[in-house]
Amino acid sequence: MTSTTGLEVRRLRSADLARLATVGLRTRKLRASLSALGIAIGVAAIVAVLGLSSSASAALLNEIAALGTNLLVVQSGQTLAGQPAELPDAAPAMIQRIDAVTRVQETGSVSGNVYRNRLIPSIQSNALSIEATSVGLLATVGTSVARGSFLNAATAQEPAVVLGAAAAQRLGIDRVYSGERIWLGTTWFYVAGILKPALLAPSIDASVLVGFPAAETYLGFDGHPSTIYVRARTDQVAAVDGILGRTTNPETPGEVDVSQPSAALVAQADAQGAFDGLFLGLGAVVLLVGAVGVANIMIISVLERRSEIGLRRALGATRNHIRAQFLAEAVLLATIGGAVGVGMGVTATAIYASALHELVVIPLIASAGGIGAAILIGAIAGLWPAVSAARLSPTEALWTV
Amino acid sequence: MTPVLEVDRVSKVYATEPPVTALQDVSFSVDAGELVGIVGPSGSGKSTLLHLMGTLDRPSAGRVLITGVDVEKLSDRELAALRATRIGFVFQQFFLAEHQRVLDNVADGLLYSGVAQTERRSRALDALRLVGLDGRTNARPNQLSGGQRQRVAIARALVGDPAIILADEPTGNLDHATGQAILELLQRLHDRGVTIIVISHDRDVAARMGRRIEMLDGRVVFDSGAESALVPPRDHDSPARRTDGRA
Repeated sequence: MTSTTGLEVRRLRSADLARLATVGLRTRKLRASLSALGIAIGVAAIVAVLGLSSSASAALLNEIAALGTNLLVVQSGQTLAGQPAELPDAAPAMIQRIDAVTRVQETGSVSGNVYRNRLIPSIQSNALSIEATSVGLLATVGTSVARGSFLNAATAQEPAVVLGAAAAQRLGIDRVYSGERIWLGTTWFYVAGILKPALLAPSIDASVLVGFPAAETYLGFDGHPSTIYVRARTDQVAAVDGILGRTTNPETPGEVDVSQPSAALVAQADAQGAFDGLFLGLGAVVLLVGAVGVANIMIISVLERRSEIGLRRALGATRNHIRAQFLAEAVLLATIGGAVGVGMGVTATAIYASALHELVVIPLIASAGGIGAAILIGAIAGLWPAVSAARLSPTEALWTV
Repeated sequence: MTPVLEVDRVSKVYATEPPVTALQDVSFSVDAGELVGIVGPSGSGKSTLLHLMGTLDRPSAGRVLITGVDVEKLSDRELAALRATRIGFVFQQFFLAEHQRVLDNVADGLLYSGVAQTERRSRALDALRLVGLDGRTNARPNQLSGGQRQRVAIARALVGDPAIILADEPTGNLDHATGQAILELLQRLHDRGVTIIVISHDRDVAARMGRRIEMLDGRVVFDSGAESALVPPRDHDSPARRTDGRA
């Protein structure tokens, strides 16, 4: 401000403002900490809710990332008439010719049921299915054997079977020993191995896998693939996805379903991680109550500190100086509450997630947002008290004690 | 030479119901280096006059000039700057910040004049030396006696080297001996050229000042510094007494 009188209003230095903001907090510690606690609890609740849900989904997302998101699954759909369609025999070879495709493996559904032995009533099929498989399946779907070994070119010709993880569990088989066999309705098949769960291809879990030649020889299988597992170059997944239908069945591409299992899993993980709206709402309510607490404390503080306000005006403080001091105090109070709240929320998340052996993940938005919300609340809650402090006339403030 | 303070036909009417005339047509001026006592009984308008001289309030009529600057023409912000640089206050209740040590209490007298903290502290030390408390810089106000507390407050008023110091009942909260010591201190500061106006209801206090202005019912009834020394007597159509019991 320029003036003919040479009277220039000086801005408060930020260090001085910061010091002034702590006056109320230093002189009334218990009261300040109690009102900051309200904000702290609200912020802690929100941070913990966000942290716990992120931690829950992080483990699953990590596993998906490790398995790769470049697996595409081609399945036979339905004909226009609603009948189950078949994939052409030549489909795997055709798909293999796409440049960006790195691996192709197929399975074919074989009719028939699976039993632990011949004495099991035929109705107790355990909802297991038989799949003929090509011998390179495991690497493509991203799983491996838990016990024994997978089929190879030799065992694929013979009555040998590999059990999916769920299938093994339902059949009550948890290890592989020589001579172990199961009854596939018409023939005994020897158990060669047990698979680990296949996250990206869950249909394999509830299946028993036999070689294509063995299925044709012993189970009357017609040799048509029903599911084709395709790995594409990661940067070309969308492009490959777009042409898979036509490549698989150029005559009737509509009878082919193409899906990307990782996409579905990511969606599932997100759903698992979706924070609980109720708790988040509860946190917001606590935060609101905390804000009212801060406003209340600040109003009382202004009433009690009238003579300080009057003195400061006499020492040359403008209304702006007074307003800034009390606003800064409210913001400081709420920010301390917010910081403590973030600490509490992180601690709660860490304890809970490590108890469940989950990854501890605190989203940045939770901690930064928690502090940010606290600052905003402090500013809003402190506004009215600060304005009323600034409005106080110096004579009233000094001589009405 | 411009007087440091000019009060020119000032009136103050409080817009209460009924309106209260606290000051009526008050005029005097104070030159640099004067030690002035304004004395009067409760309700005589002393405090209102203090508010106006301290630019904490504005007159209803008339002009108040501080170092030649007309208060009427200044904005609120400019008035604050004027108080920060040209006026020092000493209050009956001291108004010290208990959470701060003595040095910082005094340094806060410069808080709103744009001086950096190290400079504020070094000037505060000088001011404390003037009031004889440079040995207690790190003490808290509650470790001091009443007289020492008032010295701290005086140092705070002095620290900005203001044109004028306004002391409102500076001995009011002190016992007689301590009060005398404070008056001696003010006298010493006056000897060094500081302009001081002491407001008091105590005639003994006023008697020790170089110049005495007596007030009654919102008017100046005696001014030992006026040319004729005695203001001519006037009719008793005096303004209504203020009813809030304040002087």
